[in-house]
Amino acid sequence: MSTVPVLPFDPASVPHVDQVGIEERAASLGKRSIKKEAKKTGIRLAISMIDLTTLEGKDSEGKVRQLCQKAMRPLPGDPTVPHVAAVCVYPNLVPVAREALAGSGVKVASVATGFPAGLVPLPVKIEDARRAVAMGADEIDMVIDRGAFLAGDYGKVSSEILAVKDASGDAHLKVILETGELETYDNVRKASHLAMAAGADFIKTSTGKVAPAATPGVVLVMLEAIRDFYLDTGRRIGMKPAGGIKTSKQALHLLVLVKETLGDAWLTPDLFRIGASTLTNDLLMQLAKESSGRYQNEDYFTKD
Amino acid sequence: MNSSLQIRKTYKLYVGGEFVRTESGRYDPVESPKKEFLANVSRGSRKDLREAVRKARAAQPGWAGKSAYLKGQILYRMAEMLESRADSLAKILGEATGQSPAAAKAEVRASTDRLVHYAGWSDKFGAILGTVNPVASSYFGFSVPEPTGVVGIVAPESPDLLGLVSHLAPVIVSGNAAVALLSEKFPLASLEFAEVLATSDLPGGVANLISGRKEELVPHLARHMDVHAIADAGCDAALSRMIGEDAAVNVKRVKRYAFADYFAGDAQGLDFIEAFTEIKTTWHPIGV
Amino acid sequence: MSTEVKDRETRELAKRHIEAERPRLEFGSAWEYAPAPESKDHVRLEKKQGLFIAGEFVAPKSKKSFETINPATEEVLAEVAEAGLEDVDAAVRAAEEGYRKYWSKLKPAERGKYVYRIARMIQEKSRELAILESLNGGKPIKESRDVDLPLALAHFFYHAGWADKLEYAFPRHRVSSIGVCGQIIPWNFPLLMAAWKIAPALACGNTVVLKPAETTPLTALALAKICQEADLPPGVVNIIPGAGETGAHLVNHPRVKKIAFTGSTEVGKLIQRATAGTGKRLTLELGGKAANIVFEDAPLDQAVEGIINGIYFNQGHVCCAGSRLLVQESVAETVLAKLKDRIATLRLGDPLDKNTDVGAINSRMQLEKIRELVACGVEEGAEIHQSSCALPERGFWFPPTFFSGVAQSHRIAREEIFGPVLAVMTFRTPEEAVEKANNIPYGLSAGVWTDKGSKIFKITAQMKAGVVWANTFNKFDPSSPFGGYKESGFGREGGVHGLRAYVELS
Repeated sequence: MSTVPVLPFDPASVPHVDQVGIEERAASLGKRSIKKEAKKTGIRLAISMIDLTTLEGKDSEGKVRQLCQKAMRPLPGDPTVPHVAAVCVYPNLVPVAREALAGSGVKVASVATGFPAGLVPLPVKIEDARRAVAMGADEIDMVIDRGAFLAGDYGKVSSEILAVKDASGDAHLKVILETGELETYDNVRKASHLAMAAGADFIKTSTGKVAPAATPGVVLVMLEAIRDFYLDTGRRIGMKPAGGIKTSKQALHLLVLVKETLGDAWLTPDLFRIGASTLTNDLLMQLAKESSGRYQNEDYFTKD
Repeated sequence: MNSSLQIRKTYKLYVGGEFVRTESGRYDPVESPKKEFLANVSRGSRKDLREAVRKARAAQPGWAGKSAYLKGQILYRMAEMLESRADSLAKILGEATGQSPAAAKAEVRASTDRLVHYAGWSDKFGAILGTVNPVASSYFGFSVPEPTGVVGIVAPESPDLLGLVSHLAPVIVSGNAAVALLSEKFPLASLEFAEVLATSDLPGGVANLISGRKEELVPHLARHMDVHAIADAGCDAALSRMIGEDAAVNVKRVKRYAFADYFAGDAQGLDFIEAFTEIKTTWHPIGV
Repeated sequence: MSTEVKDRETRELAKRHIEAERPRLEFGSAWEYAPAPESKDHVRLEKKQGLFIAGEFVAPKSKKSFETINPATEEVLAEVAEAGLEDVDAAVRAAEEGYRKYWSKLKPAERGKYVYRIARMIQEKSRELAILESLNGGKPIKESRDVDLPLALAHFFYHAGWADKLEYAFPRHRVSSIGVCGQIIPWNFPLLMAAWKIAPALACGNTVVLKPAETTPLTALALAKICQEADLPPGVVNIIPGAGETGAHLVNHPRVKKIAFTGSTEVGKLIQRATAGTGKRLTLELGGKAANIVFEDAPLDQAVEGIINGIYFNQGHVCCAGSRLLVQESVAETVLAKLKDRIATLRLGDPLDKNTDVGAINSRMQLEKIRELVACGVEEGAEIHQSSCALPERGFWFPPTFFSGVAQSHRIAREEIFGPVLAVMTFRTPEEAVEKANNIPYGLSAGVWTDKGSKIFKITAQMKAGVVWANTFNKFDPSSPFGGYKESGFGREGGVHGLRAYVELS
């Protein structure tokens, strides 16, 4: 049962965003130079925030089992490299993941609600989320109805989030906005506030199926929404960029955006996750380069 | 037996940023005025032309979207590249046209200077052609020049290099993409100029060079629905009239040029740019 | 204890109590950035530098020289020649000869090609020049690398292209050059200001004698070297470091035909007086006290960035800095809260650290001026807010500061501080904002923040300022004319309009 009170959402009170201004700010934070110890710490922090993801039609037990190994031990033999935050899969693969990850501290996140399009009847969405939790998911990544949002039917979008939050029980709920389909920063900001008011524990940029996904500008808009929501209500909502994040440079840029917008409190997997699949190895290669001074080779890092 | 055998250059078409042979497989030999064989050049087909227009269309929006500063930098880079190849180009010019080395060098020099001239226009023509319009009501009204789109160029028969550059540079500096039909008699220096284009950071598709028979290709250019304007600097009277009439099929803008002397001052300037721009006027209310 | 004091104490206590219950952002030490110093061992710096006259570096006839320092560490960087009266005369003669023998004889397109060369070489040496700029002036490497250098070289690029196109800028006129131009520039954007002066002058066919600011001669001298390496004909550009006296000699030299000055309004007025009746052409780019107006319907987070950029960019050493914030009363509290949070993430420190946002104050003298005016602000009753960043021991530093509760009549609202200090005032209506914004002897720049298009056009039309930024601030481009109204000076630099000062029309 959800214990978090739902707040009213007033679309007219959502601040507007100037595209050029927000992109300039996001880009300028990308110029921070993260070196040496700060780079290593940042990389390790980023690894601990990864939701290691596989969301393909051809996912199988074997694939997920091997991915879970990688999740628990990203760099075998190096105990300073933490395990990732979670493994993110489709509902049918949840039991496999749960068994493989038992006792490791890595959470099981499941997409639900007719992912990725979200255009199925509400009862189906609710059942989708309920079953995923019953099968063992610790976290639910749901999608909002973008069509309804773009048509201005905010009530429908909000009530769906409420219903799914309810059905998710104790599992924490990430609400995917699918920013690539919302297109404008004003929409992203509006959707962020809507989702937070409706009870999201996390707001997430994308399903990973639509580009552009987690661009620096979009991430910054969502972080600013979270900041203002926190200052207004005292509630800390988490953020998860997903889609197109492949390099350490991008990951570190994300951390800078978080650090300089929200501050210390959000620099933890409890409040910030990175949805990615191939990012891990680039982080590991960069870590190795920082430690050894040598540029690395992909073959030395496992592809599970 | 000491000297090593020269590796002869194959002159290909330049389409979409790549050097390609004509899909038709046809070629025409090019001879010097003294009837010595110089090279085989592709006899471009209507399909080559079609492909070039497609590539130009695809490249044009991105090119137009680049800052004026960047476009100027790229044209200046073309001048740098041409300068560094001056000897090679003067050589082929001289061989192909029979010009003296001094005259050939002068033509390359003039072409380089013309590129520099247009590089300097990229961030200025907008300020001269654009206006703020003092309308009689409470509106802020302004007009800016925008590139027309895909421009077909029929290059003059002579001078080979300077003629092409004189029409290509002003067309692309404002953000148009160009498909140029080269001089039929003297295509070699223009085709070699493609190497300058290819090494100047110019995005592929912005400038496309096609060698071949004008009589065969010009009609397809004139009637092409996706070409928005034509710079006619190298047609005989009959072909020119045909362009004028057939261009009406999609209301192409046609500009005819007939210069005696491409070295003269009036063979360059703002008019050459303006001919291939459209004026966009915007209104916005003034009030709280 | 007086009741007044007790009331005030109680109010403070209450405020603190309320604030303790409110959510606060913590910008602390989680994941600290490691030092990221820009490597400077590839930078070539001559320890003794002469005057650049007639294409050569020469010892000064004055036999005087001065030390130039790094304001972040106070260490001496080099010993630089100081031009005396005879040196100024030699430079002017060199410029005359350069004009007569070479520059006026060249075809305009050829002149343009020299200017292109200079642009290209600045491009090639960008990194080195940026480091030198930060070392000598105190500004963060992030700015010299990403703003000063790109703009400086773009300025040369842009003006190179005008050399053979002047008849288009002045249709129906016969355009000719003026001759020898004397140019005096400030210390806040040393290389960029040199570019703003030299590029248009050369493009229009003139030759120049330029005096860089006394605290920042090094990049101008590096530019001189570039002119030399570009084979620029001797005498076309002459660089003569010195202080106020050198500048006065240049202004008063009888055969300098045109003076261009960027600096304080105070000195600008002296120059205007000195050149009166001499027939010398004059342009002045002086001080400012720009109003940054934020309406309630502005995109507030971006407006806050604009405010921050407007006053803390280059430590506030900017003539067009947005040093007054006029915020609509209905959103004042929100904006001030965001400002407070935002200055907590400004990083002050070593200018050569790539993560530094706020560098050193350019000189001890300037630091004293800032301190004086800030103390005045406190004394006059405005509420001071300052970043709690640590200040390095050596060097000249001032933390980002803003005053709230400022009124139009406070000194900090009327006088140019030229430091990282913002004065915040409120307004209720657009009319009031415009009145307050214009109610000042300066008129260089202004900012207007609102989401409503019509309001932008209406308010900007009413600003008595030469450069108005809507929903942005501190944007510059060589093609965009820059200059002031009223006591911020006259004449424009950049764009078509900027050429006017450097040509004779008939």
